[in-house]
Amino acid sequence: MKYVDEFRDGDTARAIGTRIAALAEPGRRYAFMEVCGGHTHTIYKHGLEDHLPESIRLVHGPGCPVCVLPMGRVDDAIAIARDPDVIMTAFGDMMRVPGSDGSFFDAKAEGADIRMVYSPLDALKIARANPERRVVFMAIGFETTTPSTAMTILRAAREGLENFSVFCNHVVVIPPMTAILDSPDLRLDGFIGPGHVSTIIGCEPYRFIAAERGKPLVVAGFEPLDILQSIHQLMVQLAEGRCEVENQYGRVVPWDGNRRALEVVDEVMELRDTFEWRGLGWIPESALQLREAYAAFDAERLFTIPGRRVADPKACQCGDVLQGALEPWECGVFGTACTPETPIGTCMVSSEGACAAYYNYGRFSRSRTRGATSLPDPVVVGR
Amino acid sequence: MSSDVTAGWAQDALDRAPRQGPDRSEEAVLARIEKVRRRRPRVREERITLAHGAGGKATATLIDAVFLEAFRNPALERLGDGAAVEVDGTRLAFTTDSYVVSPLFFPGGDIGDLAVNGTVNDLAMCGARPLWLSAGFVLEEGFAVADLERIVASMARAAAAAGVSIVTGDTKVVGRGKADGLFVTTAGVGVRERPTVLDAAAARPGDVVLVSGPIGDHGVTILIARGELDIDADLASDTAPLHELAAAVLDAGGEGVRVLRDATRGGVATILNEIAVDSDVAVVVDETTIPVRPEVAGAAELLGIDPLYVACEGRMVVVVDAERAPAVLAAMADRPDGAGAVAIGRVADDPPGLVLLRTGFGGTRIVDVLVGDPLPRIC
Repeated sequence: MKYVDEFRDGDTARAIGTRIAALAEPGRRYAFMEVCGGHTHTIYKHGLEDHLPESIRLVHGPGCPVCVLPMGRVDDAIAIARDPDVIMTAFGDMMRVPGSDGSFFDAKAEGADIRMVYSPLDALKIARANPERRVVFMAIGFETTTPSTAMTILRAAREGLENFSVFCNHVVVIPPMTAILDSPDLRLDGFIGPGHVSTIIGCEPYRFIAAERGKPLVVAGFEPLDILQSIHQLMVQLAEGRCEVENQYGRVVPWDGNRRALEVVDEVMELRDTFEWRGLGWIPESALQLREAYAAFDAERLFTIPGRRVADPKACQCGDVLQGALEPWECGVFGTACTPETPIGTCMVSSEGACAAYYNYGRFSRSRTRGATSLPDPVVVGR
Repeated sequence: MSSDVTAGWAQDALDRAPRQGPDRSEEAVLARIEKVRRRRPRVREERITLAHGAGGKATATLIDAVFLEAFRNPALERLGDGAAVEVDGTRLAFTTDSYVVSPLFFPGGDIGDLAVNGTVNDLAMCGARPLWLSAGFVLEEGFAVADLERIVASMARAAAAAGVSIVTGDTKVVGRGKADGLFVTTAGVGVRERPTVLDAAAARPGDVVLVSGPIGDHGVTILIARGELDIDADLASDTAPLHELAAAVLDAGGEGVRVLRDATRGGVATILNEIAVDSDVAVVVDETTIPVRPEVAGAAELLGIDPLYVACEGRMVVVVDAERAPAVLAAMADRPDGAGAVAIGRVADDPPGLVLLRTGFGGTRIVDVLVGDPLPRIC
């Protein structure tokens, strides 16, 4: 596949891996957090850790939109979806996220009209085609997806659509990073910064992390070589005693972000005073809601929702995993009570969740396969 | 505001899980997980969800906990593509399959030839020569007779091409909205003339894994044919009968052939997992050797799905001992229906029950059974 295979080349990866290993000081251990769930997915899917020396540990961060959604919000969405007048629309990875009484999939099996869409514009199409129904879009995501939700609302307003609304759960990335930096348990040497979020917000908002918090940050792309290269850049910074924000993903991320997209979001949405994050608790000014001027498209105002806070099951340690304080397999229910088919915590649901990524891709002993002593040689069968 | 609700199902799962002991080392956790994975599954849901039809873990759980539990017998317990049975010394294969694909017509085929080829292939994977098929139709009130005629003509052509006769059938009509156009169920009987015993539990360390051609064509074709994605690609379903190819494999590999499976719902990944678990072996696959057409790879990449899980309707997975592998591969490659055959991996002893993939990037990861359902109603 052109423009993809180049970023997955094994020989280049081995070369970068060697350079990373050469930069590692003997006896020192390194921990880098990849903030974004897309990075977590790539790391496990391509077996990226096989190219890293054992002294480098990747810590998985809170940047998976599905993972940070608290159970109470899922319950609220399901309550809206159960209204017989409603067609609920959502991205596919929302479907299996458990609320306190089942998921979208379960509600759908019980008769709720819930449809998977690939874009909020698809939800708008459904609204136009079903004027007698009320169509709600379950909006989740960081700054990456917020502009498309905002654009969709603007378009609905322009068309005068009266049967379309958004249940807004959009969140912003800097506050949880600050919360993690404030956490006393965590020792990090640097951040692999989110790629797609940065196409919108640019690199400037991270500057305080390097300047005031003393942690280097490299914004990285989503192919495995992007991530490996960003780790190399972090190691070079540490070796040279620098602490800066760098942009590895220059082919997509402009340093100043996407001003037009930010304006659109600002037109339609404003920061909430506070918002609950799964596992991280309430974080001030960490999520968005629709402005008063767009109240006609705000499902939170149009529907009666329970708004009840639901505590996570006690055994679930998603919070510690999301903060990087715990490896997925160190959670007491990982892989036994909590599996991708019966997830207890959200980290096990989304393909971007650290627990699901480890369970689906990394659930074998690397010590047994490292060096590939027990694995058979690649098969060569002559014709 | 805060209420301390632990959802009932979560508590239920917790009660069933072994308590994680003091040993939290990665090795110990992995060992406990394997123990849980090998337990008899239980259906947790109160209602059927689409995941139960996806061919992944939920389907396996439903089959094991509901159907196998009720119908249990030695022929069924092997859960092959069809049942291997014997009567008066004649070794037979018997199978059935329902077809609900949407849309009914797609590039490369329609629900009719799919229903014939699918059942022919299930018999072929038992090592049988397909003989007779049945055909049951559930028709929705209002369905166009011209479409029905087109589908039935396509079934007749597919049956003739595969050398089978459709010898019995059934027709039911349900009210408008009670079926999506039409559903077809076929059953088939074949005779197992060759002595090789095929079994997903028969793979041994050292064996070689082959696939008969590029994977994922059918699933991606259907997805694109639905027209919901605004993607165009020059692709057609791979629906085809595999009984002649299977016979060629058995002739070339004899007793060295361990497993034949057609990689339908759940794709090659699901088949390999079944083999790894049933045979208690590891299957190690090299990503760079897996044949995927660029159009399929591109569409799958866009949609975030892995071609390893995408259904084929005319491709098979062969596990054969290393000594016979070159002869089998040559026999496949000599035929048009096996021209794209390649070796993609090998069977190893450790870690048992898992499929490992060596990525093109140079890492190693596992390939698990699929949980969700990215592609409903693919066949």
